[in-house]
Parts: sequence; structure tokens; C-alpha cells
Amino acid sequence: MSTTAPGLGHALDISSTSPTPFSRLVRVELRKTWDTRAGLWLLISTAVVTALVMVIQLAVVVANDLQVSYNDFLTSTNFSIGLLLPVIGILLLTSEWSQRTAMVTFSLEPRRPHVIAAKFVVGIGLAVVAVIIALVLATICNALYGALSGDTVVWDQSAEQTAYFVLLQVIGMLTGFAFAALLLNSPAAIVLYMVYSFVLPGLFGLGAALIGWFEKIQPWIDFNDAQTGLFDGNGMSGDDWAHFAVSGFIWLVVPLGIGIARVLRAEVK
Amino acid sequence: MITVEGLTRKYGTFTAVDDVSFVCQPGRVTGFLGPNGAGKTTTMRIMVGLTAPTAGRVTIGGHLYQDIPNPGRHVGVLLDASAQHAGRTGREILELGARTMGLDGSRVDEMLELVSLTPGEAKRRLRNYSLGMKQRLGIAHALLGDPSVLILDEPANGLDPAGIRWMRGLLKGYAERGGTVLLSSHLLNEVELIADEMILIGHGKIVAQGDKKSLLAGAKGSGTTFVTALDNQVLAEALQAKGFVVAGAGDGLRVETEPVEVGRTAAEKAIVLTDLRAADGGLEDLFLELTSDTQREGMA
Ligand SMILES: Nc1ncnc2c1ncn2[C@@H]1O[C@H](COP(=O)(O)OP(=O)(O)OP(=O)(O)O)[C@@H](O)[C@H]1O
Ligand SMILES: [Mg+2]
Repeated sequence: MSTTAPGLGHALDISSTSPTPFSRLVRVELRKTWDTRAGLWLLISTAVVTALVMVIQLAVVVANDLQVSYNDFLTSTNFSIGLLLPVIGILLLTSEWSQRTAMVTFSLEPRRPHVIAAKFVVGIGLAVVAVIIALVLATICNALYGALSGDTVVWDQSAEQTAYFVLLQVIGMLTGFAFAALLLNSPAAIVLYMVYSFVLPGLFGLGAALIGWFEKIQPWIDFNDAQTGLFDGNGMSGDDWAHFAVSGFIWLVVPLGIGIARVLRAEVK
Repeated sequence: MITVEGLTRKYGTFTAVDDVSFVCQPGRVTGFLGPNGAGKTTTMRIMVGLTAPTAGRVTIGGHLYQDIPNPGRHVGVLLDASAQHAGRTGREILELGARTMGLDGSRVDEMLELVSLTPGEAKRRLRNYSLGMKQRLGIAHALLGDPSVLILDEPANGLDPAGIRWMRGLLKGYAERGGTVLLSSHLLNEVELIADEMILIGHGKIVAQGDKKSLLAGAKGSGTTFVTALDNQVLAEALQAKGFVVAGAGDGLRVETEPVEVGRTAAEKAIVLTDLRAADGGLEDLFLELTSDTQREGMA
């Protein structure tokens, strides 16, 4: 039991400690995602829901004698990790505010950009792990589909499409993260994300159908629409990438920028 | 050593901390005393970079807090013991701190033992902690990195009498080994027992600072005596005859003079005294007086 306060003069000798390495911050931030019951269950249920949705899809497909491919199984993740990864991304940041742990986090590491970057890295890491789990589950379901239905199994996932799939999930996670940084409040950020992904596309579609000039700008501001090529199997054209970049700047980069600037300056209490 | 220089923090037109300057010396416990809303917590938050000052600065051992690498190893901070994730166990909260600072896992057990949290209690989640247990955990967290400077906001809050005595011993020993301790409180009695130096703040301004003796020397109210006699009535008349102001106080009398004068009068009149002492509310009176325009209640 040592609480020895080292004998010291009036100056603090800081040569004995080195700045906290980034890798250590990442490990601590990762640990924070599962060291509470709520956090652990969110991660577990994300995996379970992903499996469940695919199994239901498999049962329906086999029972109704439908034709599906590997990619169809992956598309079902729109209803699992597509929804839950953004929520994980949101809670990575907002839980520090709702639980007021930011006070401790930022007093142990006053370089706030390092903390935010560590959370960002954890978010991307979790998205990649989720994708790997989804790919494995889709492989199992597609093989089972072949065995159960007797139809030819179609493995229609190219390396390019796999990369698109990773990109799609990482973007979902980061959009949640950006909204969280902007609002610093879990319920508000989750509602904003749901509005953004379910209500907004409808409004954009309606606007484009009713207002002539809106139809022209809609592709440039509708980030959901701009991501369609990442999962519908038609791929991304040069135009698609341009729409993707511009709308992504509006919905991802701008909120993230404003949000981070806010976190860096915020009074923590 | 903590050096606060011309620190000011404004919220809109309201000035929470107003041109505050003081120094906390190593080897001494400095008490930061003031009524509710005086600006103690705000000052401490600025010290560790959680709130930006409007003007002025704080250095710790010559460095801005932000410039100290791995600051938890040098400065132990407890600002709000309940500002922790309600769903984490006590042990996990210390574990996260230890990992962030790059400490050995054994340090967590040492600190739990130091603050008398049992292994069973350490496994409970923070939402099931009592106020005093949270406070003990907060103190353990502040001590984790074996820092040489401690900044504690109302550390005695919620501790039982034994806990307060334990903390007093801990902090005193800590300062004796050369550490710098700054602790805040709005309770004078608490600080009086622990602190070597006192800084009194009211309405964001420092109203007095110094060690206990020098503060008392400047206090009004010395020269008042409490006395109880077998026959208070006779004593009161004798004192009044000599021109002293006498008033009833509890079982006895309050006399506006030194105890020696009261004793002399009693001896002259052969009155038996059962209690004679100088009114020792000096520091308390001083505290209330200095912060009176900042008190919420009018002074009784
Ligand atoms: N973000 C803020 N906006 C407006 N006023 C604030 C803010 N933060 C603090 N204050 C005000 O600053 C003053 C000082 O508050 P502070 O918490 O420092 O007091 P304190 O001395 O710690 O009091 P207590 O003994 O009750 O803990 C209070 O009047 C408080 O309302
Ligand atoms: Mg306070």
C-alpha cells in the first residue's frame, strides 16, 4: 500500500512520464464499449439480430421456394447491423456525456483530439468486425440454402462488392458518430439518425417528384440515395461517386467537423 | 505547488470566479472554503482544464495542466464522485483509470484496500453505491497514479465520522511526505481540522487567506467570555456594576470582556464559577462575517 508523495521541490518533474500512447487510449476506449451490461448486450444483440434476420430470410426463402444468392443474404443486414452500428457509433461518444464520465476521461487525457480519434478508430474497428461476422453468417446461410432447397448456390460477391459492403457499414457507423458529436445526447442523436435514414429519403423522393428543379439537386444532397450503388449490385459510376462525395460532405464531414470543434471547446461538467 | 494567477471566469454577465490568486505549497494541506455557489468547483475545474478561464491561469509545479504528460501520474483529481458510469463496477472504474495511466493492475487492489472497499463492494455497480462508498472510490481514483499534487472537491462529502477521521489522517500524512493538497469544503469545522492554510472565497472573490492563527488574529469577537456561576444573577449584577455588557447565553452568561476580568470579579464577590472560557467561535464568526454578503440566509 503505497501512497508516497515523492519528496519534491516547487517544480513538478514531468520528465519521468511520457505522453499517453495512442494505442493505449484505443484499448481503453474499446474496453469501455463492453465493460457495462448495457454495452456488452448491445454488442451481443447486434451479432444475434444479424444472425436472426438471416435465418428468418433463409426460412422464408426455402419455404416459398424462392431463388436467392449470397448477396441477397448480405442485403438483409440493412435490418441488423445497418441499424445497430450507427447506434453503437452514437453511444461511443454520447455515453461520456450522459454518464458524465467525460470529466474523468478528459482529466486523464487533456488532449481531447486524441480521445476522440481513439473512439473514431474503435468505431471503425467495430464496423469491420461486424462486417466479418455478417460475411461469415451469409456464407453459412447461403450454403444451408443450397443444401435445403436443392437449388444451385450462387456466390455473387466480388472483392469489389465486399469492399463496398465494408464502406457502407463504416459510413453508417461514422454518420452516427458525427450526429453524436453534433448533439452530445444519446436519444436526440438516435432520433436524428432515424429521421435521416427513414424519413428524409421519402421527403427527398417526394420533393424530386413534385418540384422540377429539386430533382436536379436531390442526388447531390441525398446521402442515403448516393449509397445505393454500394449494395444494389449495380456498382458505382463516376457520377455516383461524385454524388457520394458531395452528399457525404454535407451529412458526414460537416456535422463531424462542427461536432468535434464543439467537443474540443466544451466545458465538461 | 499550485499557483493560481488572476483567475477569472465569466458566464455571460455573471462572474463566477473573479480575479482569484493564491498558492498551494507542497507539504501543506490547503483548505478552500466558501459558501454554496462561491466558485470553488469552477476554480478547480479550470485547474484541470475542464473549463476554460476567461482570464488568468493556473500552473501546477510550473506547468499548465494540459502540458503535463500523463497528468494522472502527477495530479490526483476528484471533482465529482458520482460522475462515473452507473453501470460500471467500482473495480472496473479504477481498472480503466489504471489502464489509461499505464499502471500495474495490482495498483487497483492496493487502492481499494486503502479506501476500505471490500472485494465484494468493488464488484457492485456504481448505481448501487452509497454516497460514502462513491466518495471512497473517488478518492481511490485520485490516488491511483501516486500523484504528488491532489485536487479534491468536497472529499469529505458523505463520509461517516470514522471516514472523515481516516481521510484527515491520510491527507495529513500525504502532505507531510511532501505532497501538495488542495481540498474544498463549505463546512468550516471540517477544514479547520485538516488544513494548514485556508483560502476563503465568497462570490467568486478571495476574502481572506492565511494560516489559521493569522486568520484568527484578524477576527473580531475576541474578548468575549462565556461564564456560568452557581448564582448567575449575582454575577451578572457585579459585572454590570463594573460596566461590562452582560447577556444571558444558555445556562450561563455572555460577557463582553476577557475571561480574566470575569474571574477577578467572581473572586472579589466570592461567587463560585462552574464554567469560564473565552468565546471560541472566532473562526466561524469570521467565516460568516467575511462571506456575509454572499450568504443565502441573513446572519442570525
Ligand atoms: N455553465 C455555467 N453557466 C452559468 N453559471 C454557472 C455555470 N457554471 C457555474 N455557474 C455558476 O457559478 C457559480 C459558482 O459555482 P461553483 O460550482 O463553482 O460553486 P461552489 O463554490 O463549488 O459551490 P458549492 O459549495 O455549492 O459546491 C454558481 O453561481 C453557479 O451557478
Ligand atoms: Mg462545488
